[in-house]
Amino acid sequence: MTSTLTRRVPLGPLTDLPVGLGHAFQVGDTPLAVFRSREGKVFAVEATCPHKGGPLADGMIAGDQIVCPYHAFKYDSATGQCDQPSACALKTYAVSVVDGAVYVEL
Amino acid sequence: MIRLNTITDDAPATRRKLVIIGNGMAGARLAEDILAADPGHAFDITMFGDEPYGNYNRILLSNVLNGSQEAKEIFLNPLAWYEENDITLHAGARVTAIDREAKTVTAGDLTESYDTLVFATGSRPFVPPIPGTTLHGVFLFRTIDDCNNIAAFARGKKKAVVIGGGLLGLEAAKGLMTHNVEVTVVEMGPWLMGVQLDEAGGKVLRETIEKLGIKALTSASTQEFIGDRDVTGVRFKDGTEIECDMVVISAGIRPNKELAHEFGIACDRAILVDDTLVTSDPDIFSVGECAQHRGMVYGLVAPIWEQTKALAHRLTGKNPDAVYTGSKLATKLKVMGVELASMGRVSDVKPTDEVVQFAEPGRQVYWKAIVRDGKVAAACLLGDLGPADELVRLFLSEAPAPARRLEMFFTGATVQGEEFSLADMPDDKQICDCNGVCKGTIVAAIRAGKTTVPAVGKATRAGTGCGSCKKMVKGLIEAINGEVKADPSESWYVPGIPLDKPTLVAEVKKRGLKSVSAVLVELSTQQDEKTKNGLASMLAGLWGKEYIDERDARYINDRVHANIQNDGTFSVIPRIYGGVTSAEELIKIGQVAKKYDVRMVKFTGGQRIDLLGIKKDDLPKVWADLGMPSGHAYTKAFRTCKTCVGKDFCRYGTNDSTALGIAIEKKYQGWEFPAKMKLAVSGCPRNCSESTVKDLGIIATEGGEWEISVGGAAGASVRKTDILCRVKTQEEAIAMIGRFFVYYRDNAKWVERTYDFVPRFTIEHLRDVLVNDSLGIVAELDAEVVRTCDAYVDPWLERDKPVYAGQFEDVRTVPLPMA
Ligand code: SRM
Ligand SMILES: Cc1cc2nc3c(=O)[nH]c(=O)nc-3n(C[C@H](O)[C@H](O)[C@H](O)COP(=O)(O)OP(=O)(O)OC[C@H]3O[C@@H](n4cnc5c(N)ncnc54)[C@H](O)[C@@H]3O)c2cc1C
Ligand code: SF4
Ligand code: FES
Repeated sequence: MTSTLTRRVPLGPLTDLPVGLGHAFQVGDTPLAVFRSREGKVFAVEATCPHKGGPLADGMIAGDQIVCPYHAFKYDSATGQCDQPSACALKTYAVSVVDGAVYVEL
Repeated sequence: MIRLNTITDDAPATRRKLVIIGNGMAGARLAEDILAADPGHAFDITMFGDEPYGNYNRILLSNVLNGSQEAKEIFLNPLAWYEENDITLHAGARVTAIDREAKTVTAGDLTESYDTLVFATGSRPFVPPIPGTTLHGVFLFRTIDDCNNIAAFARGKKKAVVIGGGLLGLEAAKGLMTHNVEVTVVEMGPWLMGVQLDEAGGKVLRETIEKLGIKALTSASTQEFIGDRDVTGVRFKDGTEIECDMVVISAGIRPNKELAHEFGIACDRAILVDDTLVTSDPDIFSVGECAQHRGMVYGLVAPIWEQTKALAHRLTGKNPDAVYTGSKLATKLKVMGVELASMGRVSDVKPTDEVVQFAEPGRQVYWKAIVRDGKVAAACLLGDLGPADELVRLFLSEAPAPARRLEMFFTGATVQGEEFSLADMPDDKQICDCNGVCKGTIVAAIRAGKTTVPAVGKATRAGTGCGSCKKMVKGLIEAINGEVKADPSESWYVPGIPLDKPTLVAEVKKRGLKSVSAVLVELSTQQDEKTKNGLASMLAGLWGKEYIDERDARYINDRVHANIQNDGTFSVIPRIYGGVTSAEELIKIGQVAKKYDVRMVKFTGGQRIDLLGIKKDDLPKVWADLGMPSGHAYTKAFRTCKTCVGKDFCRYGTNDSTALGIAIEKKYQGWEFPAKMKLAVSGCPRNCSESTVKDLGIIATEGGEWEISVGGAAGASVRKTDILCRVKTQEEAIAMIGRFFVYYRDNAKWVERTYDFVPRFTIEHLRDVLVNDSLGIVAELDAEVVRTCDAYVDPWLERDKPVYAGQFEDVRTVPLPMA
């Protein structure tokens, strides 16, 4: 039987995430890029860029978008939609911050 | 008379409906032509496209595959364009049925009714009916998805086979080469590009591509692709085999006529249309590669442009009598960097034809023309397109060929080459070969107020393909408008803030903005990575120690002080002053390379050593073990000062170039600029360190003086430096360099290299300011040099105390909680 329950996984304290930047995580089998914006939003997307495999956690945040470090494709941080119609959207993951600790739903 | 084919109605009671099946080159162009012919179009347009995108320029897919263009650059109309123009686009919806009685088309659970229907379904690659075509690693080459899939799969592969030695097969081969795989092209016919070339031309082409490292197998029929799950090789009819780990099939195309055929529209090889482009059903039309007109099915875009224009004029009533009577094909192409022009069929020679040929094997040039009944019936040119325009003219106009046939190849025009006059060019002369835009169209756009190259491109598409005609577009703008109007954003320092640099600097100072986020909040109209990076560089220079350094404004390379590689690892280049090293240093570098199992140790083009493939976690350790300062090979900064051996060793040397180079690099290391800064010092005018193509170059002269010149380049652009001045001593040289540095740093736009900056300010102006002190600022510049040098800190020292969480940390692993 397969479980359809999402799991809430702790990623550690918020202060371990750099302000305005991302960090790469491997949660079980799932590679993630987790970002913490200057405005305090925390969001998570799949780790690699569908364009040519750029490591998104090494990218930048521009407004509401994540910018891939390889060729600057941009992805909406909330929906994962790409601004280039040629690339697929990123998978996004729900994130919450409770008492200074970051959780991701898988 | 009432025309069945015309949609316009004097007083349409309800809006009529036009449905287009296919959103490729022909379908989208038809929609555009309709908008152009009748901007308020009196009917609703609905389009169905199998591919889930807006439409893109299919002919540029080769560029996407070979990496010279990004996929995003080849899109013609984004989804928003359809919306703006009131066109309903069902992207990703394949039409599977039509009902000609009820006049509807159906795609999945979507049904739309039509008054007029157009088939623009194009064609698909032909897949030979042999075993193994479904193996993993076997690809077709037609869509943007194909391109992305091929490129992704090619990573780390060794050998690829391309089936088909036609135009597309060769383009695929070239694309694969850029992914570092060994490529063999397999052609069934006796020579390559059988449609466009004759045997001799095919041989020239083969030699040319073999020089590029691509193997060609001709007269080879493929029998089977071998492999269990993944393809491992190709077997031929003669029993021979070659190994490979991927295959691209490019064995011709087949028109997408099945849907039309299934619902009773007359088809032969493709959907049959007459000169009005109507099919056997009076309400259904067809254009593009799926249409067969007077026996011809075309596989290039030029005839499509003629078809869509005629149909648009008919449908909108702009010219209800417009007809399409067929195209004579003359194409200029670039195959694997080889220039090729082809018209008619050169391989069909009749006994009465005159064949005129010229070959220059040393340069891989081959020209051939076939004269039939005194006219040019076919021609191909390879390697050098000197006479192409003249031959195309003779071919298309069917004018008599010159009596001295050699004048077809060697006319005055060929010899003079560039000196044609834009004004004398006829209006129907095609300027943009990629998009089929003529001079007349461009001129009309310019007269309508499009006076920048991008504006003309947006209005007409000229210059938006390979870009090689942009110079001519610019020339036309100058000829008609007197000048090319500057794009306002061209003067901005960064794209997100509509201010030029002096105004931006003044504003930032006035408001006391010391961090990138503060500037963004107060001044930006848009947030993007270029703007953040550019501001970070500018603010650091402006505020020195007061600058609030926010690391999220920096690009990854500038955050970890190394260059990111295509596998997520980094490269480390320590500074080696003036390209001079020592046994101790080399041993140390060798030991580090061993200890960290460095994937490649490489001498760079900048006279130093690169350790490639270092993991992010290892960066601080590698730097510590090296104990050498950062070479700044990663950021917009002072890069290198290359030197030659100079006076101490060389019999020609007139001054000590290595000593000066080392002194320069020691003094100016770490300086950040709007763009990279590369220097060189040569000990005599033989110029062995290539000083005349550097941002700043120095050459020792016979009398032992130093000649300083600036604004050179030999990268993406090539430019020779302009001479700034001569000085007598090393100290004077170093001082002059510093003045130039500060002046450039404070006045250049973000990422404007000196090769653009120097001509923009002119060398005379720079000489006035920096040498003659015409503005009286030299003392200030000199003081700024001291300040900037004092602020230097080796960024690799961050190894001891990272400045933000996880700066030098790779992936953090988190276990899943127990379920
Ligand atoms: C390592 C090196 C190639 C080598 O193996 O020799 C190199 C590597 C890169 N060059 Fe270069 N360039 C290297 C010498 C050059 C030179 C030759 C020179 O410096 O004498 C040139 C021509 C001179 C010039 O700069 O114009 C050169 C012209 C470029 C350009 C074109 C710049 C231009 O405006 O024309 C780029 C692209 C850019 O800057 O936008 C570039 C960009 C790059 C980047 C940084 C691309 C990137 O963003 O990832 C490459 C990093 C590769 C990597 O994976 O680490 N590299 N590059 C050379 C490092 C020299 C050094 O010791 O610092
Ligand atoms: C890699 C490559 C390079 C090329 N280079 C050149 C070049 O340099 N110069 C040149 O002149 N030509 C070139 N060509 C050829 C040129 O691209 C074609 O001639 C042109 O694209 C044909 O246009 P079309 O609209 O007829 O077909 P397409 O562009 O193929 O468009 C047809 C569209 O219809 C869609 N479709 C099909 N059936 C349905 C259905 N039932 N429902 C909904 N949608 C459907 C398809 O998905 C497709 O998007 C090149 C082609 C390729 C593949
Ligand atoms: S090192 Fe330079 S020339 Fe070589 S691939 Fe990279 S950017 Fe291009
Ligand atoms: S890999 Fe992300 S943009 Fe190219």
